[in-house]
Amino acid sequence: MCVRNWLKAAAFSLLCFVQQAVADLTIEITQGNDRATPVAVVPFAWLGQSGLSEDIARIVSDDLERSGLIRPLSRTEMLSLPSQKSEIFFRDWSLLKQDYLLVGQIRPSASPGVLTIQYELYDVVRQTRVLGEVISGKPSELRSRAHYISDQVFEHLTGIKGAFSTRLAYITVKKDAASQSKYELKVSDADGRRERTILTTYKPILSPAWSPDAQHLAYVSFETGRPGIFLQNVYTGKRRQLTAFRGLNGAPAWSPDGKKLAVVLSKDGNPEIYEVDLTSYKVKRLTQHYAIETEPEWSPDGKHILFTSSRSGGPQIYQLNLISGETERLTFEGSYNARARYSPDGTEIYFVHRSNGIFHIAAQELANNRLRILTQTPLDESPSVSPNGSMLIYATQEGSRGYLGAVSVNGQIRYSLPSQLADVREPAWSPFLTN
Amino acid sequence: MEFKKYSKTLFFGATLAILAGCGGNAATQDQEEGAAGTDTEVQPVITSDGSSSDSAITGEQMGQDVENLEEKAEEVVAAMPEIETIYFDFDTSSIRADSREVLDMHVAYLRVNSDAKVVLEGHADERGTREYNMALGLRRANAVKSYFQVQGVNSDQLEVVSYGEEKAAVMGHNNAAWSKNRRVEIQY
Repeated sequence: MCVRNWLKAAAFSLLCFVQQAVADLTIEITQGNDRATPVAVVPFAWLGQSGLSEDIARIVSDDLERSGLIRPLSRTEMLSLPSQKSEIFFRDWSLLKQDYLLVGQIRPSASPGVLTIQYELYDVVRQTRVLGEVISGKPSELRSRAHYISDQVFEHLTGIKGAFSTRLAYITVKKDAASQSKYELKVSDADGRRERTILTTYKPILSPAWSPDAQHLAYVSFETGRPGIFLQNVYTGKRRQLTAFRGLNGAPAWSPDGKKLAVVLSKDGNPEIYEVDLTSYKVKRLTQHYAIETEPEWSPDGKHILFTSSRSGGPQIYQLNLISGETERLTFEGSYNARARYSPDGTEIYFVHRSNGIFHIAAQELANNRLRILTQTPLDESPSVSPNGSMLIYATQEGSRGYLGAVSVNGQIRYSLPSQLADVREPAWSPFLTN
Repeated sequence: MEFKKYSKTLFFGATLAILAGCGGNAATQDQEEGAAGTDTEVQPVITSDGSSSDSAITGEQMGQDVENLEEKAEEVVAAMPEIETIYFDFDTSSIRADSREVLDMHVAYLRVNSDAKVVLEGHADERGTREYNMALGLRRANAVKSYFQVQGVNSDQLEVVSYGEEKAAVMGHNNAAWSKNRRVEIQY
């Protein structure tokens, strides 16, 4: 009964996936982790009448697999499909060498149009329930609920806060029928699904940056023929142009309190870092040097600004102490280090590093300045850190096609999110969503 | 060798200025203004160009060969320069010696046609980061602007914009493509 219902649901959801997959980014896992925890995510039983639009267990399983720290069991290897404790034969799962088992049920609730979702995580060795909850949601919210379950399971198993309920912003470029380059700013779930276009223009867009509350994006658009920094509410679509100085208006970065932007302007002749107060609109210059100064990034504690400067000849990463006003050079290895981002705990930086003429993403611990190269493809750029600090998303190229890659900060786990339709670039991983 | 060639073009430019009715010392004066208006450290190329031109332009030289230059000047002034793009080396905004001849033709045209306006559009190749390349493109366009100003072009005629690596002239991920993408386009 329950399996038949599930098959029905699965067939229905498969249809939906096929329709959506054309437009969305699709994930390909390129390198996993042999020591990942084995977890069986059993298809959730659907106890309602008509089909369900989403396969929650599939979404959870894909989320957990992408983390690299958990290895979900293939459905074809499952000997049974329990959906609650009374249906579980723990011996089946020990035989399959599973450490944990996630089961669940979805049923219509008393209120029309709302579903009740129950999930339970079992420790196979101890045969005990270690996590469980009953949540509710509309059919249109099933993907969000699935990512929520992934977050809970992931945090329980790894001790790391899950970042599956977060978003990505990125820019796609494709030629239209008249061979004109069409630029689109898009927002999707962290798994590349539910992609939405929030801006379309035939002029370049770059440097999207999430506000700390994950509600707004700041970005650079050339739509007026000149670069300008724009702010846009991701949910309402409402937008406004913040800067239109002569010359550069670039590289916006939010302060941790969301009240200021660090930007690059060349209004005084040379590319320099400025701070724009979003309440008073006062503009304050932060750097003063005849070299290129660009790509600011606020430290998580708001006391420092990382930036790229060519003051030593080529680009290197510097850190400005906003309290003392002192500037310190952070990178010394290699002749090209640029566009750095802090880890959420502020102990590491990630940046573009050139080694033997090839551009990789590198990490450097601030305590000991030890540098490690994380990516293997050439022309890697724009690293952006997941809010839990475990993964980096970045832009790379294969042939003439740009796509997004992701790598764990220890370099052990990789996946890519290629789009079938366009060049994808300039990814920005959102902060944790607060609502 | 390079110096000699450059002195010649500068001399030619200065002579054109005279023909166009500017003062005999216009080039030198503008040069000083240009240097004062920009940080001298910003554009080392322009600074060194300035010192070489001081020694190159003398009254005696101007007296020489004027007729010949007059003919050349008419030719140049009549037509907008055909070559509108100059190229740069990787991660630098220094104007290459082989670009000066092209730039000087534009200087000549812009000085005579003082109502002509140009947009100096700076570009970078795809390597490295986008915002750094945006800044690099601006510095390249600024280098051309300073060169023009030093040679006596009115700054009202000049506008600078950078597209960084966003508008490649040539597609491809090789040296041939990259060398064509590191450029400033002089657009009338």
